[in-house]
Amino acid sequence: MKNVDLVIIGGGPAGLAAAVAARKNGVQDILILERDSELGGILNQCIHNGFGLHTFKEELTGPEYAARFIAQVQELGIEYKLNTMVLDLAADKTVTAMNKSDGLFQLHPKAVILAMGCRERPRGALNIPGYRPAGIFTAGTAQRLVNMEGYLPGRRVVILGSGDIGLIMARRMTLEGAKVLCVAELMPYSGGLKRNIVQCLDDFDIPLKLSHTVVDIQGKERVTGITIAQVENGKPIPGTEEHYDCDTLLLSCGLLPENELSRAAGVALSPITGGPSVNESLETNIPGVFAAGNVLHVHDLVDYVSEEAGAAGEHAAAYILKGEHAAGRTLPVRCENGVRYTVPTAIRPDCAGDTVTLRFRVGGVYKNKKIAVYLGDTCIFSRRRPVLAPGEMETVRLKADLLRGAGDAVTVTLEEG
Amino acid sequence: MEKRELICIGCPMGCALTVELDGGAVVSVRGNTCPRGDAYARKEVTAPTRIVTTTVRVTDGVLAAVSCKTRGDIPKGKIFDIIRALKAVEVAAPVVIGQVILPNAADTGVDVIATKNVEKRG
Repeated sequence: MKNVDLVIIGGGPAGLAAAVAARKNGVQDILILERDSELGGILNQCIHNGFGLHTFKEELTGPEYAARFIAQVQELGIEYKLNTMVLDLAADKTVTAMNKSDGLFQLHPKAVILAMGCRERPRGALNIPGYRPAGIFTAGTAQRLVNMEGYLPGRRVVILGSGDIGLIMARRMTLEGAKVLCVAELMPYSGGLKRNIVQCLDDFDIPLKLSHTVVDIQGKERVTGITIAQVENGKPIPGTEEHYDCDTLLLSCGLLPENELSRAAGVALSPITGGPSVNESLETNIPGVFAAGNVLHVHDLVDYVSEEAGAAGEHAAAYILKGEHAAGRTLPVRCENGVRYTVPTAIRPDCAGDTVTLRFRVGGVYKNKKIAVYLGDTCIFSRRRPVLAPGEMETVRLKADLLRGAGDAVTVTLEEG
Repeated sequence: MEKRELICIGCPMGCALTVELDGGAVVSVRGNTCPRGDAYARKEVTAPTRIVTTTVRVTDGVLAAVSCKTRGDIPKGKIFDIIRALKAVEVAAPVVIGQVILPNAADTGVDVIATKNVEKRG
């Protein structure tokens, strides 16, 4: 196997944007490893529109957005292998992979970009009582069956979870002739975009039941019915049960960054995001191993994935062509007052370019607050926000010069607006 | 006087809007915190439009279905007419992005076009 400078694990939106950026920044030998039979990742099954408003200033569907990046990868002559499964990533960056034509092979790249994306939380992780019949799918599995493989997974459907994929699938199943009886959401608010609640549920008179969850699944061979109940303080309220005769339950209950390979390599992971802890260069604790996209933290918009992955590609290029930075001091990034996590979790001011991008999420719905960033005791950034919600990722761009002052930590916090 | 309740989709605030109509004409919009809410409410109660995205069957392709969309906005009331019109449509691979799948879908004057390249099964 010919050796390469940069291996990118995953050919979805993050992997594609990272590859393009790395090539444009001078890396010649790049190899993308993709386990599916085509590039594009999850975008291939996201046939709805709304992608690309930031990147291309127009509303594209998922496959169209992917096609634009795939075209760039091909024009730049970047190599990729499809139907290829990466089996192991070692701490010395040895990548072990296999496919039908090459068999088992190893690569020893100078740098690796993790771009494996995320997975849906399955039933086994949800503690739903009841039998285990056929007819229970994650919303994303149903999406792939309907949009790519041409199967309708059921006729009468209950959806648990009101994340965007659940909402999108409520509309999709309806358009394909299924009856969606309701969407139940454990939380008192939906994690999905308002636009999706209006255009995927309200347009088709599908009820959204907030503070409700599934308390029973009936049926032995196939789902025959679902019971939901209202929830208070995490517990179902007796007497509020409602029964639905149905043959299908779709689960849209959150996404988890897919870091099996990272963990085996010894990459330190954040207990909050489930993704690697990275510095301002999106580099993990293993020098030369970078991460971007949903493997790092789950994004709302693919535009932000592409942007973040482009930065990872640039940083990987700098690492390959110029070697490791002389690090200087490292500032840990702390979160307070409702800020759940930040990416990155550490900033080395001497390694940052002109700006440092901080991305974060809040833990609840907040109105009329101010996002504030401190270096030590000095406020270096603040911005008013009329509303902050867990479903909306926040982005703050800091001038790197501001980080060169006194102080041994950066703090991201919410203050009264 | 007719009243319609809407949720604004302009931003995560999700303002609850109340629109008063008199014989189809908007009399007032309340509940919005910015001008976008007013504009959204007026369009949504008088002439709501949507982009329709769906799939049609492909013959001899590497995939069984190809994704497609209306090239532009169509009246919201025409969504199911377009879906029904597409039920009968089958395209032969190869399919390329932008290819017209169904011209003038359900007499809306809007074409349905492919949004994915699907190669011929080899």
